[in-house]
Order: sequence, then structure tokens, then C-alpha cells
Amino acid sequence: MKTYAQINDRIAAGKAVVLTAEEMIDYVETHGAQQAADDIDVVTTATFGPMCSSGCFLNFGQTIPKIRITECWLDGVPAYSGLAAVDAYLGATQLRQHDSANLIFPGDFEFGGGHVIEKLVGGESVEMFALSYGTQEYPRREFKTRLTIQDLNQAIMVNPRNCYQNYNVAINCSDHRIYTYLGQLEPHGRNMTYCSAGQLSPLLNDPLYETIGIGTAVWLAGARGHVHAEGTQHCPTCLRTENGVPAEGAGTLGLTANMKHMSRRYVRGCSFKGYGVSLALGVGIPIPILNPTIAQRCAVRDRDIYAQVTDYSSDYPMKTGRTLGSLNYEQLRSGRVDFLGKSVEVSSLSSYSMALEICELLKQEIRDGRFLLSQPLQALPREQSMKACPERR
Amino acid sequence: MIAKHKYFFHFPKCETDTPIVCRLVRDYDLEVNIFRAKVNAEGEGYLLLELTGEEAQIERAKDFICSFGVSVNTVDKGVIRNTDTCTHCGNCLSHCAPHALHLRDSHTRFVDFDESRCVACGQCVANCPMGACSTVF
Repeated sequence: MKTYAQINDRIAAGKAVVLTAEEMIDYVETHGAQQAADDIDVVTTATFGPMCSSGCFLNFGQTIPKIRITECWLDGVPAYSGLAAVDAYLGATQLRQHDSANLIFPGDFEFGGGHVIEKLVGGESVEMFALSYGTQEYPRREFKTRLTIQDLNQAIMVNPRNCYQNYNVAINCSDHRIYTYLGQLEPHGRNMTYCSAGQLSPLLNDPLYETIGIGTAVWLAGARGHVHAEGTQHCPTCLRTENGVPAEGAGTLGLTANMKHMSRRYVRGCSFKGYGVSLALGVGIPIPILNPTIAQRCAVRDRDIYAQVTDYSSDYPMKTGRTLGSLNYEQLRSGRVDFLGKSVEVSSLSSYSMALEICELLKQEIRDGRFLLSQPLQALPREQSMKACPERR
Repeated sequence: MIAKHKYFFHFPKCETDTPIVCRLVRDYDLEVNIFRAKVNAEGEGYLLLELTGEEAQIERAKDFICSFGVSVNTVDKGVIRNTDTCTHCGNCLSHCAPHALHLRDSHTRFVDFDESRCVACGQCVANCPMGACSTVF
């Protein structure tokens, strides 16, 4: 048994033994969970993929004369301004004003909130245009300028939902091509897509939220951030396999960090034809190996993690709850599976390569004593489900 | 010796209405497989094709084409993949029928691009969320 304080002391002294989630698999297999818990201090986990429920709070600083912004656009993308005078929230999936969206289907959605966030993190300037109705103390009614992230007082990423613990696999059983946030799906189940880092993914290495909770320090796109809340749609009471690992959606995390400390490599605007825009993010979370149980959970393998295959042409949009079967991530990551009597090509929206890179980066930061762990202030809920929205008249 | 090569031709504005490809068949005894062709708004033309025939005849045909001021690229430029922009998610893989986009390493799922297999179908352009692939076509 180890404590957070003991592990942090070892990190600060440059003596911490850190492995990536992938390395931990072999270590536990060779040495056993008890020995691994004695030897290993921290396991690094990571994921890199589109996370639609992301965005940032921005403070522009006051103009002369002052303005109380009521509407605001950044590179033509509206940012929510129902906040204090020069505060705004820019959401990742916000379309550029006057984007024709899916008027001519499928729309291209070439630019939106996620792309503005990427430009800001990358140090590029964006055009800011703001309107107001004017008040006696905030008389200005219009303002236009170009800003970089260095001009902003604050640029704080606050994401209501990141790091989905698991996710379904998309297939299209209809007779026509469909366009989804899991990519383009060909008819008659000709391809499948999935979106998870599997055995590297943070919440799949801590399936029962024993170490990741509110207050946990995280690596968010290169900045040190933390879990600020359970993520939206956090649903721990889900289908789980014998090892406690969810076989469907399950837990989520609300994450926040200072955007000024982020790296553009891990903050990427993305476009999905026929669907819209989003933001792909890199997240790394260290797991303290406090005991053998936690060590064993961090040794989870792709072949022991299952995801449900869902028909995105009917069952997903109609919320029927029906699934067509389940596949493990070893099968999915191979790029081709046998499913319902057919050989089907599989591709991913989540980058395993980038997740591995983040695991290694975080490992190095911890080994160097540059990233200390934090004990959660509050555990994530373990007993709650997800409700549908009632439709009333 | 029979050879097969893929070329990307860029035609200047003055030559896009000259029927050059038929001469490759008639005068140089070549088989021509056109993957993509386009004349842009400025009147310049792009042509991605594969030539099959005697190596010497292909060389002579290239000289003939160059005599019109057409630039001939042996390194294909039908699709350009920005390696800095690519995040190696692999979404392109199942949309690339000739497997020009493929996994260099199945363990890390690092995506590589073999230009010689690309037919510039444009599916990667439509399916890359990061916009890493682009094409003149």
C-alpha cells in the first residue's frame, strides 16, 4: 500500500518508477499485481480524439470607452456572451455564422469553434467583432479588432465532457451512405468506425473511479489541468464485463486547464462531412499505483475491453437501445473484423499513435519531477444512470 | 522492356485545348489509364495518369509532352498529405481502396502514404477530419 504523499515525494526526488499503460500490461503479466504494486509508482494513460463537449472561457479586457458585449464573433464564429461585460464562451462545435450547414447535403463544415480554439492555442490572431446595446456605464456599441491568445487576460478551457470511458462502434445497415460524427459509413455494413484509445484510455484503466476523481491533476494538451466535475452524461451504472470494465459509454470527465500553456499539436479543430465541426484533444491522466488491485486494473488489455456495435442508420438516431453485437479493441485495432458473417474494414477516429505519444510525454514529466499527482477532493459518482429528455406539452 | 509509370501533368493555359493524350496512344504505342483530369478556373489543366509501354517509348512520349510546356512530375501530386497535420487516427484507412494510406506499424497505428498506389479518388480528402489530405482535383 502506498499513499499519494509517498508517491509525490518519490516524484519530487526524481525516484518515481513510471510506466505507460501499455508497458504495465507486460509488467503485471511477468511479475504479478502484488510485485507491480510494490515496484511501480505511477502508470500513465492517455487518449487523443474528437471531444465535442469542449470549449473555452475568454476574457478580452475592456475597450475604451467600455463595452458590455451582448453578441460576439471570433473569425465569424459566434461565442456566447451572456456573461459579464467582456467574457465569452466559445464552444467547439459552434459553426461559423452563415455556414450553409447541411442545406446542400452533405455539408463540408470546414471551419468552426474548434478551429478558432486551435488557432488561438497556436498563437495565430483571430478577428474579434462584438456588439452591444450600450448602457450609461458601458456606452460602446460596436468593437472590432484582431487578437492573439497573448492579448487575452484569460483563455481557460472548460470542457463539460471529455474522456468517455468507452464508446460504441458505428456501422450502417441501411442501403445508402450516411455521414456521422464517427465518420462516413458505407451501406450494408461495409465499414465500421470506433473512437477509443482502448487499453491506453484513462477511465478504462480505472474502471471504478478509484483514483480519478474531482480534483485529479491531468495533462490537458500540454497544460497541467484538473478534473473539475463529473462529465455530462456520466453514467457509471452501465453494462460491465467481469473485470469491471464498461462495455458501453459509462463514465465521463469534466476537464479544465489554462489554454495559454497548451500545445497546438494536441488541440486540433476537426470537420466531419455532413455532421459538423469539433475539437480533437489530447488528454493524459496519471494513475497512482496505490495497491495491487489498482495495479491489476491498469494491466487491462485491448482484448478484454469490449464495445457494442450500433447501427447508426436506425438504432442510434431512434434511441432503440438495440445493439448488433460486441467486439473487443484488439479485434477493432487490427483493422478488419468478421461481423455478422462478413469481413468488415474498421477504422478509428481516436489516434492510438498520439495517445502513446502522450503517455510517454507524461511519463517523462513525472520522472523528471515536473508533474506531481493530486488526490481527488471528491470521488466521481458510482451510482447514477442517464435519463432521456421527457417530451411534454 | 514493358514498363508502367504514373505521372502528374500540369498543362499551361495555352495547351489545355490541345489533344495530346491521343498522340501518346497513336504515335508512341502506349496504354493510357487516366485517373483524374481537371481544368481549373484559370484555364490550367491537371492530369493524373498511368502509362504502360516500352520504356524507351515512354521516355520519348515525355519529351513530346514537355515540348508543349507541360510539366511532368514523376512524384505524384494527385493527393498531397500534410504529415504535420495528420494525427494518425486512421479514419482514412477504410476509405482508401488502393491502400495507398496504410499502417506503417500495426502496433502504434502510425499511418503512412504510398503515393505510387494513390489514384487520387479523393476519399481521403473527404474523410480526413483534420484536413490533412488535399488535392488539386
